Parts: sequence; C-alpha cells; structure tokens
Amino acid sequence: MLTIDAKDQGNHIDLRLQQSPFFPRIKELCLSEQWTEWNGYQTPTYFLDSYIEYYATRNTCAVFDVSPMKKYIIEGPDAEVMMNRLTVRDVRKQKVGRVTYTVWCTDEGRIIDDGTLFRLAEDKFMLCAADPNLDWLELGAIGMDVTVYENSYDMAALALQGPTSCALLKKLGFTGIENAKPFDIMYFPFEGGELMISRTGFTGDLGYELWVDPNDALALWDALFSTGFEYGIRAMGDESLDMARIEAGLLAPAVEFNSALHTVEFRHDQTPFELGLDWMVNFKKPSFSGREALLKEKEQGPKWKLVKLDFEGQKSAQGSLLYADRKCTKEIGYVTSGMWSSVVKASIGYGFVKAEYADGPIFAEIYYQKEMRWYQKVVEGRKHEGAFWWPDRARQTPPADT
Amino acid sequence: MTKKYDAIVIGAGHNGLTTAAYLAKSGLDVLVVEKNDYIGGAAVSRELHDGWIYSNCSYVCSLLRQSIHRDLNLTKHGLMIVPYMGTTNFTRNGDYLAEYPDEAMQYREVRRHSKRDADAMHRYYTDLMKYAKVIRHFLLRTPADPTSFKPRDLQEMAFMAKKFMGMGERDIYEFMRFMTMSAADFLAEYFENDLIKAFYATSSIIGTALGVYSPGTAYVLLHHVMGDVDGAVGAWGLARGGMGSISKAIHGALQEHGGEVMLEAEVDTIIVKGGKTKGVALTNGSVIEAPIVVSNLDPKRTFTKIMNKEDLPEDLYKKAKDFKIRGSSGKVNIALKGMPDFPTLPKGHMLRNGSMQFLDSLERMERAYDDWKHNRWSQDPFIEMTQSSVWDPTHAAPGNYFVSCFIQYCPREVEGGWTEENKQAFGKTIIDQISNYSPNFKDHIEHMEIRTPYDIEKEVGLTEGNIFQGELTIDQLMFNRPFPGYSQYRGPVKGMYMSGSGTHPGGGVSAACGANAAREILMDLKRPNIVPEDEND
Amino acid sequence: MSKQYDALVIGAGHNGLACAAKLARAGKKVMVVEANAELGGLAATTEFAEGFKASVAHTLPQLTDKLVKDLELHKHGFSFASEHLETLGLKEDGSDALRVTGDTVTGVSQDQVDAYKRYSAQMQKFAKAIAAFWQKKPPMIGDKSWASVSTGIQFGLNLRLLGKTDMREFTRMIALPAQDVMDEQFEDEHLKAVLAWDYTMGNKLAPRSPNNAMINWLYRLAGDASGFNKLPIAKGGMKGLIDALAASATSAGAVIKTNAAVKKVVVDEETATAVGVELADGEVVHAKAIISNADPKTSFIKLLGTRYIDIQFTHRINRTRTDGQTAKMHIAIKGEPKFNGVSRADGRMIIAPKMSYIENAFDSSKYGEIAQDPAMEIVVPTMHDASLAPEGHHVISITIPNVPYKVKAGWETEKANLQSAILNKLEAYAPGIKDQIVASDLLTPVDLESRYNVTGGHWHHGELALDAWWMNRPTYEASQYKTPIDGFYLCGAGAHPGGGVMGAAGSNAADVVLAASK
Repeated sequence: MLTIDAKDQGNHIDLRLQQSPFFPRIKELCLSEQWTEWNGYQTPTYFLDSYIEYYATRNTCAVFDVSPMKKYIIEGPDAEVMMNRLTVRDVRKQKVGRVTYTVWCTDEGRIIDDGTLFRLAEDKFMLCAADPNLDWLELGAIGMDVTVYENSYDMAALALQGPTSCALLKKLGFTGIENAKPFDIMYFPFEGGELMISRTGFTGDLGYELWVDPNDALALWDALFSTGFEYGIRAMGDESLDMARIEAGLLAPAVEFNSALHTVEFRHDQTPFELGLDWMVNFKKPSFSGREALLKEKEQGPKWKLVKLDFEGQKSAQGSLLYADRKCTKEIGYVTSGMWSSVVKASIGYGFVKAEYADGPIFAEIYYQKEMRWYQKVVEGRKHEGAFWWPDRARQTPPADT
Repeated sequence: MTKKYDAIVIGAGHNGLTTAAYLAKSGLDVLVVEKNDYIGGAAVSRELHDGWIYSNCSYVCSLLRQSIHRDLNLTKHGLMIVPYMGTTNFTRNGDYLAEYPDEAMQYREVRRHSKRDADAMHRYYTDLMKYAKVIRHFLLRTPADPTSFKPRDLQEMAFMAKKFMGMGERDIYEFMRFMTMSAADFLAEYFENDLIKAFYATSSIIGTALGVYSPGTAYVLLHHVMGDVDGAVGAWGLARGGMGSISKAIHGALQEHGGEVMLEAEVDTIIVKGGKTKGVALTNGSVIEAPIVVSNLDPKRTFTKIMNKEDLPEDLYKKAKDFKIRGSSGKVNIALKGMPDFPTLPKGHMLRNGSMQFLDSLERMERAYDDWKHNRWSQDPFIEMTQSSVWDPTHAAPGNYFVSCFIQYCPREVEGGWTEENKQAFGKTIIDQISNYSPNFKDHIEHMEIRTPYDIEKEVGLTEGNIFQGELTIDQLMFNRPFPGYSQYRGPVKGMYMSGSGTHPGGGVSAACGANAAREILMDLKRPNIVPEDEND
Repeated sequence: MSKQYDALVIGAGHNGLACAAKLARAGKKVMVVEANAELGGLAATTEFAEGFKASVAHTLPQLTDKLVKDLELHKHGFSFASEHLETLGLKEDGSDALRVTGDTVTGVSQDQVDAYKRYSAQMQKFAKAIAAFWQKKPPMIGDKSWASVSTGIQFGLNLRLLGKTDMREFTRMIALPAQDVMDEQFEDEHLKAVLAWDYTMGNKLAPRSPNNAMINWLYRLAGDASGFNKLPIAKGGMKGLIDALAASATSAGAVIKTNAAVKKVVVDEETATAVGVELADGEVVHAKAIISNADPKTSFIKLLGTRYIDIQFTHRINRTRTDGQTAKMHIAIKGEPKFNGVSRADGRMIIAPKMSYIENAFDSSKYGEIAQDPAMEIVVPTMHDASLAPEGHHVISITIPNVPYKVKAGWETEKANLQSAILNKLEAYAPGIKDQIVASDLLTPVDLESRYNVTGGHWHHGELALDAWWMNRPTYEASQYKTPIDGFYLCGAGAHPGGGVMGAAGSNAADVVLAASK
C-alpha cells in the first residue's frame, strides 16, 4: 500500500520536504511556487493569490490539503477512559460517529495541544492534531488496556470548505451528506473503498473534511475538481486558511499557544482559561489530566487572557505590543494574530494580555511600512465577543446549496 | 634578578591567558610563564605534519563566553567561531543515525528508528534546555560558599535561589533529580530505542572516568550542551584556524594591554614567604617576583607539584592528592590524503561532511568503560571523529583532510606502561574501529598523531591527561570545585589564585574560569571590576 | 456511605504493621489486609524446609529506639537475640577474618585501626546530622506549613552546625562513590571492600558508582535501637519483631486479615476519593483512609488505576527504577557451619576480598549476566536463636547483591547457574559445607517479586538514590505520604525514607493520616 512516508523507508530519509499524496495535483496548480513547511511537508503558501483563495471559502468552496496533520488511533477496552482522562471535555458523552474539538493539558493545566477527537466506535478513537503527540499518548496509556498507534501516513485528508461545499458533495453522489450535522461523521463508498467525511473544518464556514486512503487520493482530488468547476472550487494555501481561521476565532498552535511540553521558560505556555476555552473544561469529570490545577485556576482566575480585538484604522496589528494607555507607558501584552479582514472590513486580531488589564482599554503600537519606509501609530483595540465571522449556514442542517 | 611584576600567571592555557588579559587590561603589569615553546595549553593548533594544521587537543568549542569574545575584542585578534553540522552515528548492521540541523529532517531520521522517540525528542530537548538555561546563569559567576555568612556569599546564594525558583517548583525537583542521575536512567525517561539513547549519551562520557550507567553522567551530558554558538544553546562550533586561534586571540588581547608571555619557562615552585606569595622559581633557576601568582595548572599539579607542602594548610595537600583527575580520554589526530569512503552513506551525501561516531547501544559504551576500569584502553572504543578541515579550510590544502578523533576510554596507566608498542596498538585499535565503517580509510592516512593520557600529561601538563582538569562530578562542581572552601579562585596562601578549568565552571574552552579568577583578583586589589557578565537568554 | 474503618492498610509488611499499630494506638479503627499467609512481607519468616525458618531481611541495622518505644514492642514480645553482629570479612586462604564492630576493627594494621576510628567518628557526625530526618515527613518547596518549613530550616541548620570543615566535607562526600571514600581513608584493600559493603547493598550500585552510595550508608546508620552502627537481630528471627508489631496493633484493636489480596482500591467516581478496597474474593471493605504498604508502582498503577491520577504523575511513578538487584538464599544444613578463619559463625560474614571483586560482580549484572564470583553477605541466625531450625541443624541466610532482575539467558536456566556460583563460593570459604546441605531455597529478584508482590523484587521498592530521596521519593506530590487522590496514602519503602526494617515510612505515614483526620 502506498503510504505517505514511503520515501523514508529503508536506510535513508528523503532529505527534501515530503509531498502528500495530493502533491502531483497541487504542484500543477501552484503557479506561485510559494511553499511553506508543515510537519516536514511541502505545503503551498498560496496558489496564485491568497485573497482569491480566501474568498472561495467565503463565497464558493476551497480545498486545503490537511494530510500532514498527525493522526492517532486509540483502541481498546479502556479507550474511552483514557481519552476522557487525557482531554478536558467529557468523552463519555461523545457518541460514536461524532467529532469534538478539544485540548489536552499537563498535570499543571498547561495546554499541550489542541485537536479534533473522532469517536469511530465505542472502543476506538482517532485523535487529529497539527503536531506530533505520540509521546504524550503513550504516557497517557500507562496502566490502560489500549493500543495506541499513529496512522498519519495511512490516511490522506482534504478540507473542503465554503458555502457550495455541501452541494458539491451531493453532486458527487455522497447522498445524505446534507443530513450531517456539524461534527458528524459519515461514510461513503469510494473507489471500491470507503471515504470518511466529517463536517469539520478550520474556516468557521460550512465545510467538510474528507478522509481517504492515500491510494485513492488523486481520484478524490480529480472527482472534486472535475465536478467542482461549476461550484467555484479552488485550491487554497496556508495564508488564506490562516485568514479564515482568525476571522472564525479559531486558535493556532505555536501562535496562540505554545505546547507546554515544549516550553522552556517557566509559564510561557498557556492554560484553557487563558485562551478563553473555559466552556470546554468539564469539572464534572472527577479526574482528568490537569484537573486539580485548572480548578485552582478557575477559583483564582487566569493570569493572562486572550481577547479578540477590533482595531481602529486599517493597518494590521500583527506582531504589535499592547499597552493600557495611548501613550504606551504600561505594556500589558502582545498581539498573537492580526489581519485586515476583507469580509468584515476591519483590522482584527487576538491580543494576549495580563488578566488584570483585559477589561480596561487596550492600545496597540503598530509598525507598518510604505515602500520600505517604516511608520508607527497607536490604535485602540476594542474587545470583540464571539467570532468575527461565523455565518448561519455553518450551523444549518441541511445546509443551503449556496 | 629579573623584572618584578604585579602578577604572574603560570601556564599559557586559554584560561590563564584570559586572567592575564583582564589583569593587564586593568593596568597591572602581568607575565604569563609557559613551560612549552608555544602558547595555548590544550587549545592549540600546530603544524605537526608538513601542510597540515592540527587541533591536537581540544577540537570544538561551545562554552566560550561570547561576552568575553566581544569584550576582549577577540574578533579583531583573529578569532572566528564557525558553526558546524551534526554527527552521524554508524551502526554495525550497516545503518546509521544522523543528526540534521533541520528539525523536520531530524524528526524523520529519528522516526526511522523509533516512532515514539521521534515524538519524545522534543520533550527531551525542552527539559534539557530548562536545565541548561538555569545553569548558564552561573558560568560567569563565582560560586557562593554555603558555609559562609559573608554578605557576598549570602547575596550569591539568594541569586541562586531566585534563579532556581524561576524554574517553577516542579522543575526544581526535576532538576535536583537530574543532577545526580546516570545518563542511561535519564535517557530512559524519554526514549525506548537503544541506538537513540546511545547517540544522546555520547556527551555524558566525554572526558569522564564514568560509564553511561554511572550516576552523575547526566550532568556531564548537560555540561556538553549548556554552551552555545550565538545564543543557540547546545550548538558547537569550530575555531577557524584551529582551536589555537582562541589562545592566539586572547594572547593578542593580552599583548594589546601590555602583558607579556615567557615561553619555555617551567615553574618549579611558587615562592611563599610569611604566608604570602612572593613569585615563582623557574626550573632553570631564575626567580621572578610578583605579589600575585595565579596558577592555571590543574589543582592536583598546583598543590602537589609546584607548591611546597609546608606552605599549605594541613588538609589541603590531602585534598589535592585525593582530587579526582582521571585520565580517560585519548586522541588520534590524522592527516588524510583524499577523502575516505563511508559506503553506508550515498556518495555526496551531506552527512559525509559531519562528525562521525560508531555506536549501537549503551551496552557497547558501558563495556568500553569496563575496559578502562581494568587499565585497558577500550577494545571497542567510543570515537568522535570530527572532520575539521571540511569546515575550516585552514587545516589542510584542498584535497587533503585533517580529522580529529576523540577516544573514550583510554587510561593513564596500562599494563606494561605506555610503551611505544602499546601506543601504536592503541592507535591501531582506533583505525581498525573506523575501518569497520570505511574500508579504505587506512589507504588515505598520510600522518597520524596518537595521544594517550600519558602523552597529554607529559606535553600539556594536565594531570593524567584529564581534559577537564578534574572530573565533573558533584563532589567537584560549583562550590565543591576544586575543593569545598576553595571555590572562589583564591588559593590557601595570600596572593595565590587558581584560574584553570579545575575551578568553577569546569572544563571546556569557556574562558569563564580565567575571567572569574580575574574578577576575584581585581576585587582583592580593590580595583574596579572590568570582567563582563553574561547576558542571559 | 458507611465507613467500616478509619484506616485500611494494604499489606502487612513491617511498615504496614507499624502504621497500623500507630493508628490503632491513637484510637483509630484499623484493618490490615495481607495477600500472603504470613505477616511481614519481605521481613516475613517462612518455613522454607520442614523445621527450617528464615526471612528475606535478616538483620535490623535501621531499627530505632523510637519505634520500639512508641509501639511498646518489648511489651509485645520483642527482644534481641543479639544486639550486635560483628561484621567478619572472610579470607579465602583460611587466615583469620577481619572483624569490624562499632568503631573498632581488628585484623588490620594499627594505622588502619586508627583510620577507622577517625572515619567512624566523622560518619557518626554525618549520621547524626541527618538522623532526625529519616523519621520525619519530608518538606516540600511549595509547602508553607510549619512542619515543612521547620524541617527544611532544621536540615540547613544541622548541616551548618557540623561546622565549616565538616559541612564542607559533607557537601563533597555525599556525592562520592564508596570506592573514593575508601581510597581516601584506607589502605587495606580487604577492609575497604568490607566497609564499602553497606554503601551499595540492595541497590543497583557498584563501589565506583557516585552520588547514591553515601546516602545509603548513612541510612544504614539510621538505627539506634541497640546503639550506633550496630547490627542487631531479633529473637525468634524476624518473626519476633513482626509478631510484636502485629501484637502492638491488634492489642489496640486493629484487625489483621491474611490471605486477603487486594484486587483494587475502590474510588468514589463522583469525588475521585479512595473509599475502600475490593478484595480478590469480591468483598469490599470501606475506610476513610486507604494506606498502601505496596510499592508505588503497584499502589498507583495496579491497585488504584491510572485513570484517577494525572498523566505526568503516572509517568513519574512509572519511571521509578524498580529492577531488583539482590537475591536471597536460605540453606538448611546439618551440623554447625564452619567458615575459614572464623571460630564461630555468629557474625555477619562478608565475602568480598576487595572492591574490584564487587565491581566485577556488578559488571556482570549490568549486562544481565550471572557473576561467577558472587559477593555475599552471610548470617547464620540459628547461632543466636535455635528455634529457627531442628536441633543439631542450622539455617544459613545469604544475601547476594549484583543479581540482575532481567537476565539475558532467562531465569529458567540462569537460576541453576546462580545457585551453583553461590554454593561454589560458599564451599571455597567453608570447605565441606556442600555436604552438610539438607535443603535450600534461592529467591531471585523475579521470585521475590512474585512471592512478595513487590515490583521488580526491589528491597527498597525502588532505588534508594539521591534522585529518589526525600522530596523526590517516590516523586514530589507523593513524598509526604498523601497522594493526589484524597484518602489514599503510601506507607511503604517506596516512600521516604526507604526499605530496610525501620518502620519509619509506616510511622511517618501514620502521623500524616492522623493529622489529616483531625
């Protein structure tokens, strides 16, 4: 069977960046030849133009290759017990065929990573995360009757996101997909095998993720793109995905948070409370990794807070320091992600600020460039509740066709 | 009668030169006396074979404090530290484990050997960096005396406590554990694959008379990753022109400030009168006077060879005699005509330019140590082969190569003594080991220098040829280095100081021992402190 | 839910019994459940051949006066068969054994006798400086309670009170390997080996191993029930002490149940609190405090279940080094044993002519091999207490360090190999002894593990080392006997201060349970 890391078999790794099973098609389309690295994979930064790709997710539909994601299978009699202890949400309530977005923490309640947890059977889960987590899963499996293994390389995946995504899937013959509620999993026959589709994504819009045998990856791509033309399908790169996820209020690892297992400086990692994920932490569970520490933090309040900010003016606040006053005398934090949002028509972003200043005024000191010359200005960032962009269609079942 | 100086430094090793340079910079009239006809001690590069420059003792550099590099204008005096790329470890079954500078490549390389270990690697480095970062605070500081109530010691203890508290409670416990553990036990908390453990364990035995299973080797491992190149903690570099360029550059700084070096001037005795140092008597009979005498020699040699027993406090002679300075390393430096083939790696593979080791397991490493215990050089030795000339064109002409092989273990004493025959047999063991992985290696050898601990002791002066001027075990670290009560660079006699790597922070080409000693001397002289601090990351 | 007991102790090892006795004597309703038929765990006395009795632990160097008094052990039948066994360094050539007792040594030159006196005096100072801390709950950095803070301050103060010179020697020598300590102090190779013996026993340590030797030696010096650096044995064998501990507990109302293996600790799912235990036969016993005398791995991973504890904590328990390194052999012989150079085999006899001999045995063990020249500690308890063997017979109790838990060739074949190595060595030092043998019983670390339910068969329930000592024993957050799970406590050798028949872990744990119940 073709696996994604086929080139690493034998004695020598392929020293170049790895290529996903979709790469032959991506390479054809990526006229910009702009690439970034993600988990060792050659990933397009953008194909032609980030804004055009971005608008596909908001206006028609776009695909993003998520094959470099890390995927792990947790299987066995204790699978539920293990995942319930490992993650902060109540896994006992998660039904077979459902996906949840979750985070997992150290004993001290510091976030290790976030990801999506698929319940494939009563005793079988798939955990999908941006970074390697096998080491932590193995530690979490001590004393548990489970088998943990990585299947990142046995499964290719495409995210299909945007208002026409459901219509396209229906057109492709995946009848019934319109009945999938957000975070549902469905299976369809495909190329003699099986295609798993989950109604999940990283754009905040209507969208699906398609999980396929690497051998059928190109067939899937071709099917999507041959039929998809009439649905406005486009391939999207890393940049447009990042824009979409900021608008959607979604967090990125190593941007909004630093994995606690990989943080050298004391407390340069984050907790769910600091990131505003309070809603996720289920203290009704009697025990899970980090519970004691998180309970204490809940009582005492977090030290830092991630706030969504809507900045004055039109300059992106990416990389700015944040202050409590317009004169910039009291530094209180920094911007983790910032952008000019084209659909919202606002300069939006996330600020990570000391908790005691989170409710007061927040100002960003923005440095920006015009034809090589640097300028500085101070703008106020007003707090924004909820996502900047999260249309109703993202939640409707069945969703509209456009 | 010769000229009288303000201070004499015995030994022109890099630390001695550093102390001298700072004293001279402060305005003192300083003389460095050196027994050899060249400077540098164990940081030397010499043309030992026509057309080949050998770094025949130390061969790579990481601990050299960049604040000293900058402060003494070492760049102006010809120093450049060039980062070089990782190490490849060849195994007997024809495979290898490589170290790549790129994280994604490294991940996939380790993954070839263990999927779990590839994931655990990041956790391992993170924890090691935590320990490295906390300990780096102390490199350019004088250890506190925990038995003292002097304000300075209390302040220093408070500084230390603050830095440790800054790790957070859990990591203090973890660090406390780490400091006394064996490398094997420490690595087992992260990795399952024996080859990966062996690969990371190499740093834990270099220069050390302990095996990977011996408690205390985890710290030695840390000692080899707590240095940096331009703030990249754990990185190693080569000094362009060989390690001697470090000594030469510090010498340049010394000269700039008016200090002098006297070569072929071996000290017989440090002269003490009325409880004070008066100068030194050389083996050639001449006497040089100075109120301050700094010994850059190792503590054992200093107190048992060049000081009179009757000038020392009763217990100090015994302390020096018991000081653990064990010869456990050898070197084979080789001039090659043409590049030998390592068939395991494809032709032109980038790894062919890196360092090379030949290991499979912790057990092989431990057995190498067992040989040492029985006064044998390891029959299956650990070799770190650094291809210096690949990175530094000054070592040999194009097409020619210089490789430095560091060997663990090689004892100071062997059965029958270090006769020429034994020495050649030792060299053959090394070449045979390399030849297992490079069949035509022998054909390229143009010249080779075999250095046993005996040779290193004889030539460089390090007791037993110990590269660190004393074992890096807890009983000889921080305020215990070299001996408890003598960790602040002051000797037992007024006016006498120590500046070698037998003092805190220990071995490696760091210049920190020498700089710290200079700071203490200037303090005693009530002169302003001009020794820089580290800017910590 | 009704609480049947105030406290339930899992395992009737000597620590479990000490803990139970202390709690019962404080008025608590206590039950002790023990998987085996005999009480005592590794200190249990078993009949290994008809009429011959022996126990794995055979001497009591760590027994303290405090424990004996606190639990009124004398009243409950405990007494010494001998207050002190001399340590005899056997010589293969038949010459007189080297004899060490208290602070004197014979069989060596006068300068060595003097050196030993000096050494003993210094060691006594060190031992005294830390003596109090074996019998106290360790402090924690973040624990601002007075008990914790004062213990920390006291520790620092005690070191300071040693004076500059000795404090400096302490900070240096604490990290020295046995070999360096000996080489610094002595010339006589045999004396060095005999003295180095107690630095490494029970642990994966060789004479050359740094860092952990001194702490083990100082721990051996922790006992004072029969004076400083004495090696007493109990009347009636270990059973004498164990029965007294049990009587001290039961006379205060504690219930002890044998042949009652614990299947698991019962945890209240709502509150994640330990509320009882389920026994192998399905019976559930409820108690306010569940106190485990089992080793930490067994306690947390097998009995409690990792689902209730945090992942890094689990990892820290799981990483404790529990591979045993010591085997035990009991030999039943007809007639009195006769050792070379010893008129009466009534001491603790050590076979280790020099440190390198021990080191070589260790070297075999680290590769999973059986040393053909084993180092051994031999005691003949029947020389002091005839009740342990039929008349005219004796029991030889041998401790063999440097025996690996994992052997490369497998124990099926290597056990016979180990047995013959031991007997050959014994015969060399006691010619003719092989012909006296009536029966024997060899317990490898694997046998100790299965017979006594101790992970790895490790004497100390886990290496006793600086990295697993005090605040780090077995790991922070469990080093103060309470654990992250409410109602669940540790009282075994895996907690501070470690193994050896001292009872301090049990007694310290009882203090913590009592304080929590107030």
